[in-house]
Amino acid sequence: MSEDFHASKPIYLQVADRICYSIVRGEIKSGEKLPSVREMAVEMGVNPNTIQRTYAEIERDGIVETRRGQGTFVKNDPALIASLRTRIQTEVIETFVENMKEIGLSRTEMLAAVQQFLMKQGEAE
Amino acid sequence: MIIELREITKKYGSVVALDNISLTFEVGKIYGVLGANGSGKSTLLKLIAGLAKPDHGVVTVEGVAVSRRIASAVSYLTEIDFFYPNFTVGQYIDFHASQFADFNRDKAIEMLAFMKLDVRKKVRSLSKGNRGRLKLVLALSRDAPVVLLDEPFSGLDVMVRESIVRSLLSYIDFEKQTVIITTHEIEEIEKILDEVILIKDGQIMAKENVEDLRESSGKSVVGWLKGHHR
Repeated sequence: MSEDFHASKPIYLQVADRICYSIVRGEIKSGEKLPSVREMAVEMGVNPNTIQRTYAEIERDGIVETRRGQGTFVKNDPALIASLRTRIQTEVIETFVENMKEIGLSRTEMLAAVQQFLMKQGEAE
Repeated sequence: MIIELREITKKYGSVVALDNISLTFEVGKIYGVLGANGSGKSTLLKLIAGLAKPDHGVVTVEGVAVSRRIASAVSYLTEIDFFYPNFTVGQYIDFHASQFADFNRDKAIEMLAFMKLDVRKKVRSLSKGNRGRLKLVLALSRDAPVVLLDEPFSGLDVMVRESIVRSLLSYIDFEKQTVIITTHEIEEIEKILDEVILIKDGQIMAKENVEDLRESSGKSVVGWLKGHHR
């Protein structure tokens, strides 16, 4: 248990992020059933009302669907993973670009820095 | 709304423990009551449990004015670390089952196993941590609509505190039960709380939804508390 959460973002959204990451990484497959609200609450160490909110949120986002009496399932939609990956990717890049701007890098400098970094990493591997 | 306190004042002699407070609690939520020693936290729980009488105002549980008889609807874990030393764990379960009609023996047995408590052991031979676990088993094994936990973590180490948090999540019936916890150990339980209530010198300083707190002010309860202490 004892998952750590950031102070600045509601826990229900942080749990939603984690589920999305797991789907993108293939740890949760499309069409797969998510743990029940209670199971997920115990696993994450958070209030079940929070998980309820998480499930409602990702259902609104079209990532999962609730089937009456059966539980919550990841949508069986091949386009889903691709769109989730794009979404997460955009978020990561946004943060990265923000940070780079803050230390005063121009667009070209950013691109050059990334290229150089990847090249170095390639050599190391 | 399952619990309501209306214009409650409670004095002990000339000391005012609670000063004209009004509060309501909803079904299916976990409330954390925070405050320094002597702030009035324990008094608040005792008033709901029918163990103390207000000098002014009314406390109701499920619409019924609270008296000592409310014990049938309210499960109460005291902060006092007291047991009859010669009782075994099993005898404690039997005793509580004999006192409370809503005592759920199956749940108790399951929780004992979860907490790794041996029914044959005498309470005298239990560690402080295991006494704390036993207290929680006894309080949570009742299918009572209201569960009051007064300092359930006090003096217990991290491992025990974690097992308590986990059993709260596993064994509370969120459809029917309302839980109020007083504590100093906010970091451990803030993830399982719906709302926090801050008491100081017998008055309610604030009552906030934990997730709204993060969303609107970008703060965890710990950060929020620091702001309030300044």
